[in-house]
Amino acid sequence: MQEDWSLIIRPRRRLLDIDLKALWRYRDLWWMYVKRDIITYYKQTILGPLWFFIQPVFTTVMYMFVFGGLAGISTDGAPQPLFYLSGIMLWNYFSSSFAASSNVFSGNASVFGKVYFPRLVVPLAGLTSNLLKMLIQMLLFIAVYVGYLIAGQSLSINWTLLLFPYYVLLLAFHAMSWGLIVSALTAKYRDLNFLVSFGLQLFMYATPIIYPLSVAGEKYRWVLELNPLTPVFEAFKYGCLGCGSFSWSGLLYSAVFMIVVLFVSVIVFNRTEQTFMDTV
Amino acid sequence: MNAIEFENIGKLYHLGLVGTGTLSHDLNRWWQTKILRREDPYLKVGEVNDRASKGSSDFVWALRNISFNVEEGEVVGIIGKNGAGKSTLLKLLSRVTAPTTGEIRARGRIASLLEVGTGFHGEMTGRENIYMNGSIMGMTRSEINAKLDDIVDFSGVARYIDTPVKRYSSGMTVRLGFAVAAFLEPEILVVDEVLAVGDAEFQKKAIGKMQDVSRGEGRTVLFVSHNMSAVRSLCQRGIVLDNGGMVFDGDVEDAVDQYLKTSFVSVKDIPVAQLPRYGRTSGDIRYDSIEYLDDAGRPVEPQCGSPLTIRVGFEVPEGVTAHSSQLTMEIHDMYEHPLVYFDSRFTEDNRTFESGHHYFEVRLDSLPLTEGDYRILLWAYCNHRVADYIHCAIPFPVKPGLFFPNIQNFPAHLRGKLVLERYDWKYD
Repeated sequence: MQEDWSLIIRPRRRLLDIDLKALWRYRDLWWMYVKRDIITYYKQTILGPLWFFIQPVFTTVMYMFVFGGLAGISTDGAPQPLFYLSGIMLWNYFSSSFAASSNVFSGNASVFGKVYFPRLVVPLAGLTSNLLKMLIQMLLFIAVYVGYLIAGQSLSINWTLLLFPYYVLLLAFHAMSWGLIVSALTAKYRDLNFLVSFGLQLFMYATPIIYPLSVAGEKYRWVLELNPLTPVFEAFKYGCLGCGSFSWSGLLYSAVFMIVVLFVSVIVFNRTEQTFMDTV
Repeated sequence: MNAIEFENIGKLYHLGLVGTGTLSHDLNRWWQTKILRREDPYLKVGEVNDRASKGSSDFVWALRNISFNVEEGEVVGIIGKNGAGKSTLLKLLSRVTAPTTGEIRARGRIASLLEVGTGFHGEMTGRENIYMNGSIMGMTRSEINAKLDDIVDFSGVARYIDTPVKRYSSGMTVRLGFAVAAFLEPEILVVDEVLAVGDAEFQKKAIGKMQDVSRGEGRTVLFVSHNMSAVRSLCQRGIVLDNGGMVFDGDVEDAVDQYLKTSFVSVKDIPVAQLPRYGRTSGDIRYDSIEYLDDAGRPVEPQCGSPLTIRVGFEVPEGVTAHSSQLTMEIHDMYEHPLVYFDSRFTEDNRTFESGHHYFEVRLDSLPLTEGDYRILLWAYCNHRVADYIHCAIPFPVKPGLFFPNIQNFPAHLRGKLVLERYDWKYD
């Protein structure tokens, strides 16, 4: 009778205190957020869900013209549309997931200021809705891929493509962790927003998306290999296009990196979650 | 059995830590205060006046040493002036922010109505928003499914339920939001001023629903409001907060009295010219004095049944002509219910005042109010705009009078507020 409190609110919680049970209880909310993201993405647009495809198609065409045509950067023998499309798809997933979670606090201040629910629901929903968007875009990729196969192009697909879920996991949690750290900082300092959108652009060029790792000379290669996303992009292209490189050590490095950042981000997020309403 | 226990709750705000919003401003603040030892350029003026003078400069206790228990099924009103800490208390309970000291223990699901319609998205339909809002409040999908018809029914927007919410009027949005919250059925309900919105019919419905929730269904309710009559009709127990501390805990009638007394004292000595104005006023007419006079023109304390002249001074600023002015004085009771209106439009046509100082006087043969504390509201309109508006801030205390000598033997709530005139009472 004394001890059956269902809720005890105390000043400070432990560093890594995540209430996974509560998170599970709010799974319906998670799904509602996913639905909301998807529905509102194309509401009141003429082309509707077609917008999921328009952006990657035009970006690919543009890359083919600028990087493939004008600059003449190699695609390691893979057909240009497939090469660029695969990079754009993964990158869009990473960057939009990052954006979603870096906006958690400042973008939801009005909701967070009124109701309590496990805040992690929001970034997790962001990851999910962006995953759905990527899977839709993947249909486009598959269509083009099949088109090339029918046209007689030989594309060396191989077993490493089975690791695709693992690649998605790496991208997702890298995006979320970095995003959460940024969101905790931007809850206090709004000017980091500018730095972040700018930094994200630079980061894209430091990732082998519009060029293969192989074109980087020995001198700069190590810089690209420090980037924890490099092995993921390279391995995916290796799996479906046969170009690029596959490296177990790179993928392991990426995973360790991810776990460390995830750890840090959860600590930061937890601290911010409790008091950020006092600072926004 | 206790549903909630607050034990020694405190919430400290560190003004210095609250960022100004941008890094450069924070750096500038640090430079100005820590290196140059100047005053903080980003501290709001109101904070200096109100809080910093209380003691240490950077730290503010929004709440301190709050301990009380709420029993299951109890409806507790939390009242206090603005900034007394009411909303902070509810925010702690609804876990929007964490306390600095102490512990809160609760039994059962807590739902807060800090504001209705949380998480509504304009592009989504009413139905989708019910699901969204319901799950934010902690309902599961199947719970919402089960109550969907009731919610739609209660909100009264059934016709538009598949229309995007951005096409709703603000009233419809509020109805929908409240309807979701009303059917949430938590064990503990936290309500903060939701009733300020919506039309009269809906407010009645909302209050009725809250009464059902608290009485019929035995839920625990914490209710924060400035609307004293709502507090009195809904709650049995009242807690009065003042400057972050608890100053009263007990029967709701006593709590309301206590609150009104403290808020009354604080405006007593402020001259009319310096009272806060309500809403946007043009200032083309500005009230600056009020006097209570007897027939000989001497200041008096208003007395029940005696002649009284209320003389109100107002200024029309230089270079301004107050065309077609309308002046209104109202007497309200302590619960801000209007009792008597005196209005220039009742007695004469709209007047034009040149710039300068003017007075209007209202003379009563016998003041028809029984002993007690009242408030005066002053309002002025000219040049097609509200010129001045002082909302129920001027104290108007009435002494016992000689109308019926026996009336003083009755407690305040048993003698009425108005005395029409001396009347005869006959048995037949």
